[in-house]
Amino acid sequence: MSGYILRRLTQSVFILVGVTLITFVLLYALPADPARMIAGRSATVETVASIRAELGLDRSIAVQYGRFLSRLARGDLGRSYAQKVEVTELLASRLLATFWLMVGGIFFELLIGLPAGVLAAVRRRSALDRSVMLSSFLGVSAPQFVVGLLLLYALAYKWPVFPLGGYGTPAHLILPAVTLGIAGGGWYARMMRSSMLDVIHQDYVRTARAKGAGESRVVVRHALRNALLPVISMIGLDFGTFMGGVVVVESVFGWPGIGQLAWQAIQIVDIPVIMGVVMVSAVAILFGNLLADLVYPLLDPKIRYG
Amino acid sequence: MRGRVAGIIVLMLLVALAAPTWGQRGGKTMIVSFKDDISTLDPAIGYDWQNWSIIKSISDGLMDYEPASTTLAPHLAESFSVSADGKTYTFKLRRGVRFHNGRELVAGDVKYTLERVLNPKTQSPGAGFFSGIKGAKAFSEGKAAEITGVRVVDKSTVSITLDSANAAFLHTMALNFSHVVPKEEVARLGADFGHKPVGTGAFMVKEWVLGQRLVLVRNPNYFLKGRPYLDQVVFQVGVEPNVAFLKLQRGEVDILGDGIPPADFVKVMGDSKLNKLVAVGDQLQTGYVTINTQVEPFNDVRVRRALNMAIDKSRIVRIINNRAVPANQILPPLMPGYDKDYKGYAFDREQAKKLLAEAGYPGGFRTTLYANNTDPNPRIAQAIQQDLAAIGVKVELKTQAQSTVIEAGGQKSQAPLIWSGGMAWIADYPDANNFYWPILSCAALGPGTWNWAWYCNRDVEKMVTDADALVQSGQAAARAARFRQIYRKIMDDAPWIPIFHERRYTMHSARLGGVAGIFVDPIHIPVHYDEVQVLGK
Repeated sequence: MSGYILRRLTQSVFILVGVTLITFVLLYALPADPARMIAGRSATVETVASIRAELGLDRSIAVQYGRFLSRLARGDLGRSYAQKVEVTELLASRLLATFWLMVGGIFFELLIGLPAGVLAAVRRRSALDRSVMLSSFLGVSAPQFVVGLLLLYALAYKWPVFPLGGYGTPAHLILPAVTLGIAGGGWYARMMRSSMLDVIHQDYVRTARAKGAGESRVVVRHALRNALLPVISMIGLDFGTFMGGVVVVESVFGWPGIGQLAWQAIQIVDIPVIMGVVMVSAVAILFGNLLADLVYPLLDPKIRYG
Repeated sequence: MRGRVAGIIVLMLLVALAAPTWGQRGGKTMIVSFKDDISTLDPAIGYDWQNWSIIKSISDGLMDYEPASTTLAPHLAESFSVSADGKTYTFKLRRGVRFHNGRELVAGDVKYTLERVLNPKTQSPGAGFFSGIKGAKAFSEGKAAEITGVRVVDKSTVSITLDSANAAFLHTMALNFSHVVPKEEVARLGADFGHKPVGTGAFMVKEWVLGQRLVLVRNPNYFLKGRPYLDQVVFQVGVEPNVAFLKLQRGEVDILGDGIPPADFVKVMGDSKLNKLVAVGDQLQTGYVTINTQVEPFNDVRVRRALNMAIDKSRIVRIINNRAVPANQILPPLMPGYDKDYKGYAFDREQAKKLLAEAGYPGGFRTTLYANNTDPNPRIAQAIQQDLAAIGVKVELKTQAQSTVIEAGGQKSQAPLIWSGGMAWIADYPDANNFYWPILSCAALGPGTWNWAWYCNRDVEKMVTDADALVQSGQAAARAARFRQIYRKIMDDAPWIPIFHERRYTMHSARLGGVAGIFVDPIHIPVHYDEVQVLGK
């Protein structure tokens, strides 16, 4: 197992370098000049050129990428062009909020999606199954901006049970996490239903029933563990996606996450911040996938890594 | 286990029930909401509409404007004099002004500040404003150790000599870039100075949590007695404008920093209770379409005039719910030099078609209009497209990210037409030359220019240079008259289609008050924080 983990970590390093290279090239291919964006409207051509030189943007892309990599090796992501703050400081200021939103979002996705999917599977083709599938379809289709604003309006403005956006307490987390949960829960419900339907028709499940096990024991003890495998993959993906920022939900609720930071940086072509966010997102996706892969053997002992 | 889970849920609900009391402001604290995080408070670097007024509350310049006006007055300077040739300004500083760290401000700090702005390592967007100071060029290029034109006469007197007379110079000494900073704090904090700024201003930074809030507290030793009125200003960032609007109605926010959400504007202005909370004022702003004079057929002035006559500006103003007035000239009404008697180009499609025919385009032609892709700019661009189609000019729309449009405008032959919305010109200072030098002058031309019309009229350039030499206060009226002539001449050349001058609408809570106009201050944009008072709870 430790050999497997070491191999994955080594692969991750190469993947990260590849991600930085592709992102770097794409950013520099954009028809936008960060120096001009920083210099603003009244700057003379000389001032823009001076800022460009100070930032090293007048060097070739290969030189600039080389400098980026050598700084990255020292843990230095540079300074934001606009805010002049260390990118690591900017990311650190947002990481905890992003983490909690990720935890909350996944919690509600599972809370909504797993029981719904299991129930839909065991009551296949019933009215319950159909309503669960319709609800999951609506949850997946509804724009998060709309759902979030509706929840805020109803539960934070009209009947002020929760705060009107912001960050700082568990109560601030509920509505944004539920917003994420409604959309994601739809996907989990559908995945769980599909996976359960595969598993509950397996021979070993039929054997468990034949031995006299009650339906809930059959579902929970025998079927669920194997049915969870694809869900674990989804959780791994969600980990990475959420840690990269969910800008719509963050914007609606004023949640100071990485998504908002990324959005602002993109508007003004703040390259060091964009690179920093991409790095965080890539690391989170790689870590999430690795974590998911490490959980599999816990659920299914047949799965082994050499 | 079940009991524990239930307990946690109950606890969370109890905590949630306490929610309505969170975020309530009280006393002499004002809460302002913004969508975006504040970038920097370093006066040498900060140059966006959001931090502009905040910086003005933390630091000061030798000059400033009377609240809610465009009237220039000495500020850190107690008085000033101008030499007979108009090139040397001598400022006597107020005594006893202290930085937030307790040290007294001296003339050497002014020299340090200007040299810091002109030092390329600072990356100041404002360096160009001071390039007319004698010795600035040599200093910026590393050929001199100091700016010879800035001289410390004594502890409280500094003189600044220019290469040539510039009637707008005193305005540049009111710009944030000239706000005086203490050398020892800049040296101590380095690149972090922008997040821990030290100035002489009415407010000091108490706390800045990135991505969440900036808290300013009053400076008890501020040199203007009785100011500021407030004890504290809290800027909540990351607040979506729609949510901020709800927060204001709930009493959790005092000022909508990003303005009234467009979707709620009509409702607010139509509601007799809500519209009382909205301050309305003019801005030093013009929205316009640039016509690239270097690209055929726009190199023919008749074609440019035809386009000017083809646009129904009132219809475009209705698209933005009448939050602007149609523009018939380049300068906005608040700007000295605005020509009240100038009528501009009439909306006359038949005359426009005649001009096109005279220029050799009786059947019209095809062209491209670039625009920012954030609402309402695509809708405005569509209206312009429709208006031009009516005279036979078939326009392809390119609505793109702001940075991409800016880049296109800065390339000589790339963008034939650009709608400036979202990037429209707001004057840096209330002087007519600010609408000329950066965006209409020959001197501004070059790759990356903001003179997107690529307009260059040497006669006009000479007229502006001559007008800028009228520096004495008794020559102000003559200078304004010259600029009226200058801008009429530019309108004759028609490098732009001026479309509208946007008005500012600032919604604030009922408990705030102050001198009329401070919520739509034309200089301390959007709000003059030093002058805001709390009228009641």
